[in-house]
Amino acid sequence: MSKKEVKIIGPDVNWKEITPGGVIAEPGNAEYFKTGDWRSMKPVWKEEKCKQCLLCYPVCPDTAILVNEEGKRVDFDFDHCKGCGVCVEVCPFKAIDFVEED
Amino acid sequence: MAIRERLSGNEAVAVAMKQINPDVVAAFPITPSTEIPQYFSNYVADGIVDTEFVAVESEHSAMSACVGAQAAGGRAMTATSANGLALMWEILYVAACSRLPIVMACVNRTMSGPLNIHNDHSDSMGARDSGWIQLYSENNQEAYDNMLMANRIGEHPDVMLPVMVCQDGFITSHAIENIELLEDEKVKEFVGEYNPKLHLLDKDNPISVGPLDLQAYTFEHKRQQAEAMRNAKRVVQEVSEEFYKLTGRKYGLFEEYKTEDAEVVTVILNSTAGTAKYVVDELRKEGKKVGLIKPRLYRPFPVDEIANALSKFKAVAVLDKSDSFNGAGGPLFTDVTSALYAKGVFTPKVVNYIYGLGGRDVRTDDIEFVYNKILEIAATGKVDSVYNYLGVRE
Repeated sequence: MSKKEVKIIGPDVNWKEITPGGVIAEPGNAEYFKTGDWRSMKPVWKEEKCKQCLLCYPVCPDTAILVNEEGKRVDFDFDHCKGCGVCVEVCPFKAIDFVEED
Repeated sequence: MAIRERLSGNEAVAVAMKQINPDVVAAFPITPSTEIPQYFSNYVADGIVDTEFVAVESEHSAMSACVGAQAAGGRAMTATSANGLALMWEILYVAACSRLPIVMACVNRTMSGPLNIHNDHSDSMGARDSGWIQLYSENNQEAYDNMLMANRIGEHPDVMLPVMVCQDGFITSHAIENIELLEDEKVKEFVGEYNPKLHLLDKDNPISVGPLDLQAYTFEHKRQQAEAMRNAKRVVQEVSEEFYKLTGRKYGLFEEYKTEDAEVVTVILNSTAGTAKYVVDELRKEGKKVGLIKPRLYRPFPVDEIANALSKFKAVAVLDKSDSFNGAGGPLFTDVTSALYAKGVFTPKVVNYIYGLGGRDVRTDDIEFVYNKILEIAATGKVDSVYNYLGVRE
């Protein structure tokens, strides 16, 4: 089965179309699984305090800190950020606040 | 020209595995199946097969190695018994739900405890709902033939499920019988190559196997797995038909022995069916209309066919070589009776006998006792006791 024959496993896929045994035939499909609504605490990026040291970027377990083409971090990907707070702890400049989710 | 040999049940299975020449065999020794990996590792050492033999440290690892090998795109096989099968438990389910058609020789032995190395069916019966196809074998020839058909059944695109080939520990596994073997090249042609659509070593199409599969998807995967199990019944019949054309040996979902004009039958798995055939012959000399039904395919359970076959008899005794401890009857009995009920077949009176636990000998007079009991039930229409024990000291 080539990858083209395999349907993307999304929330609407039925049992006849889902890949056998849960095999993921398309790498990186975790992107389709939005985990942002798991969050109870929310990180808030304070751009004015941020020195762009990028210490936050590699510690994010969900790759939810996005870095642009110039190599500078931008705001969080809140579709996938679970609010674990690791980035808040690691920031030496207190450039990330941690607040309760609305 | 077929090859005439004399082999024990374990040797027969090992020879089948040699002829199949799988990519990986991962196994751990446990009585009474030990000889299978023992013979097979000789073939590996002698260069007769090109299999990678993985000498693992437990059955849990054996099944795990088989899962890895099969997911990689290879053919993996193993053998075990009783507590070894129990130690595989967790991975049996993983193999089935991951749709990996691993083949296992299960040499039936009683589950501890009490500690006992002899035969009953409590090991494979415990695994009956793990998602494995189960084939049962009366004698060495059937164990060999079922092994040769197992890959074809499990690997069919409409199935893709692991297959367990069961035979009775010591009774057939260690008894030498005459056997007819297929030539190596005929086996090779019959079994063919394994070419799964998705596998881990396909570097151009990388995949992940066994990912987290929460509320949104597991139900769909289980439904799909159930469909594969239903498909297996048809595939077993197709593969058996092809095997019949090749060998002249006919296999179905179950064997009916002298049932045509029978008034009563027993339903028996594995080697005891052979004993019952002798008793049927003896009783028929006395003019008693008795027969036997020997299930071969137990998972999936051929509900329609069994219910239809049993509908014409007045009384049926289902013999279970394992107890269910459910207060209601052995596993074969509950499957048979629920099949009858589900199909609206209420004609035969059905009773259950638990027999032979822990290797207790079942003799022809035990079986004769059961036939006389169901003949009496057929004559009077009265059942005193549904759930019974045969051969235990009262």
